[in-house]
Amino acid sequence: MKFRQSLYTATFLTAVLVLWYVLYKSYGPTVLTPPWATLRKATDLLTSPIYWPHFGESIRAFLIALVIAFVVGTFGGVILGGWRPCGEVVEPLLAVINSLPKVALYPVILLTFGLGLWAKVVFGALHGVIPIMISSLAAVRNINPVFTHAARAMHLTRWQMIRRIWIPACIPEIFSGLRFGFSLTLLGTIFGEFFASQRGFGFLLMNAIDLRDVRTIMALILILVVFAVISSSALLAIDRRLHRRQV
Amino acid sequence: MDLPDATRTVHARVVGLTRVYPARDFQGAVNALGPVDLDLYKGEFFTIVGPSGCGKSTFLELLAGLALPTEGSIEFEGQPVRGQVPEGIGVVFQEDSSFPWLTVWDNVAFGLQCAGVDPAEVERRTNYAVGFMGLADFARSYPAQLSGGMRQRLCIARTLVLQPRLILLDEPFGALDQQTRLLMGDELLRLWRETGATILLITHALDEATMLSDRIGAMSARPGRLLEIISTHWSADRDSRIVGDERFGAITARLWVLLRQQSMKAIGRAGTEAAV
Amino acid sequence: MSRYGWIRLAIVAGAALILEVLCRSHIVSRLIMIPPSEMLISAWQILASGAIKDDIYVSVVNICTAIALSISGGFFIGLAIFSLPALRATLEPFLASYYSVPPIVFYPLLIVIFGINQIPQIIIAVMFGLVTMVINTINGLDRIRPVLLKVGRVHRASFLVTVFRIKLPAAAPYLFIGVTLAVSYSIIGVISSEFIMSAVGIGHQISYAYDSYDNRTMYGLIALVLGIATLLNMSLHVYSQRLLRRWTR
Repeated sequence: MKFRQSLYTATFLTAVLVLWYVLYKSYGPTVLTPPWATLRKATDLLTSPIYWPHFGESIRAFLIALVIAFVVGTFGGVILGGWRPCGEVVEPLLAVINSLPKVALYPVILLTFGLGLWAKVVFGALHGVIPIMISSLAAVRNINPVFTHAARAMHLTRWQMIRRIWIPACIPEIFSGLRFGFSLTLLGTIFGEFFASQRGFGFLLMNAIDLRDVRTIMALILILVVFAVISSSALLAIDRRLHRRQV
Repeated sequence: MDLPDATRTVHARVVGLTRVYPARDFQGAVNALGPVDLDLYKGEFFTIVGPSGCGKSTFLELLAGLALPTEGSIEFEGQPVRGQVPEGIGVVFQEDSSFPWLTVWDNVAFGLQCAGVDPAEVERRTNYAVGFMGLADFARSYPAQLSGGMRQRLCIARTLVLQPRLILLDEPFGALDQQTRLLMGDELLRLWRETGATILLITHALDEATMLSDRIGAMSARPGRLLEIISTHWSADRDSRIVGDERFGAITARLWVLLRQQSMKAIGRAGTEAAV
Repeated sequence: MSRYGWIRLAIVAGAALILEVLCRSHIVSRLIMIPPSEMLISAWQILASGAIKDDIYVSVVNICTAIALSISGGFFIGLAIFSLPALRATLEPFLASYYSVPPIVFYPLLIVIFGINQIPQIIIAVMFGLVTMVINTINGLDRIRPVLLKVGRVHRASFLVTVFRIKLPAAAPYLFIGVTLAVSYSIIGVISSEFIMSAVGIGHQISYAYDSYDNRTMYGLIALVLGIATLLNMSLHVYSQRLLRRWTR
């Protein structure tokens, strides 16, 4: 079963590479770079010290944004969800805010925080915090009341109830929210970097557009895709394991 | 065992019917059913009764053409049944199978519209079936607004409207409470008398089997095989009050004698007493 | 409206009021934000004067095209993937991690290929919106209770009848989620691309206003975009709720 799955994945990747190469042959080197050259350029970028400050800046911004989104989202969601009427009132509001095109708020953030690290961080965190809050809220609200009744019947203290029943019951759903939050925060941070600073991954990308440097554009995209796929697969694996314990 | 009446016509015939689920992943092959031999006579009410997991639902699906047997043959009105549901067979499933996005009326009309029947005829037959099952007041309601019993009546109406000659019912009253079940049993008998269709009912309830049927087949635990076929010789105009008949208890007792060991096997506790 | 509805309205109105007060009293500088009331007036003036109606037209056309392509393409691709198990097994990991990569990073590449016009923007918007429709279509088809499909077979329904009269309505709750997300994402895709690099469009005008320090126009446009997006989303939500409430217990 696992072998068959790997076979399918390998087939898919091969098909993508073949398609990539065919497109390169049809459109020419001014428009696309072939797979092997892109990979070489990507390793060049990653290994040459000139670019490290850029990647470092991006990673720093991303991690700070992630922590903010996680902390604010989880605590906010748990507190709001803990009291039933509060959760009922707030949930649709959060859903509406979530559906807003946050890109429209980008200029507002640039004006408020100026160009630099914090604009990126806030924009990234803004993307991630709402979904995390929504799923934390839902996780707390959806704790099966039977668990609470059973806990009372077993005479658990409030602290024991929280630690041994509520937290384990909520974790799978909260983690799923974190997974979404991770990808969205990444999106927000990258987008934020297009304008907000003279350093970083997004800045390199914008720079490459201006120079029509296709090779760099594709190499940067490749780096990001690999990073995103690896991290999200790891999170997905953890998510699956957490959910396996549930009915 | 009772001998079949030589003058009655065979409506459906099953010979050596077997269903084996092939080995996959970490599970070995599972022999779900059979081999089973059975002749269903035209116009009779036949019930198969057996413990859970014995393969009775599988039997019904194979007979209806919803699944393919591993071995054996199925014939309906002289034609083989293979992979497709033949015209003339209706099926009522165990779970609620009404379409939640259609009103009661549209649900019942669905089959006729699929078959391309002209609208005037659809109107007439749907109105009749809806009225027959006592749902006329709810024709414009959605299934979500009906009780469980009414939804099953809806599913029966939807089957009825196609005027099937063989009706297969897979534990249709399983989700209902006992008293509703008895009343629904009466409904089923009324339906049987008025349509003259052959009925095959699957159930795990012994009293239901005894009350409703002309003949009862007792099925063993997995892999299901017919242990014995009992004829009740009830008159055709019976209803749920047959539970008071003096032979009712004897027939039900005979069924339990046959099935008690099987049921214990089904729940994983083999009996140490010898079968009677 | 329910009691909770009134409370929510009060919260939103309260937040707007606080913002209004903060702006008018210059605690928040005019260089950063203008009062919400002025934002609304500006939005109204922009619409009424028709000054940027070409941009609005272009953006709306792009968004609608992207939505149509995402929803229809997404549904049929989802149906195809669902029906072909080998294809599904191949694509499933790809679908699961698709949204971890911001599609917007492909925008530079598309500009190089197609130039700075509507095509890259529509492509990006479709890249955003199509896959969520595919995922939700597959999800919805997965969750169809098998007995409903058996009923279709008992009634000997044809392939088309099964797809459009059984599978489609049965998967409706998830399809609605997919449609709502596809709409949101199409809007985000178009506006983001226009903001980054474009010659026309609402996003472009917002970027231009920002560069020109024209806060009034900028906030007016932002209010416009947020207003339209909210209106669309809420309408979809209300419509789907009304439909689904009749269908489910």
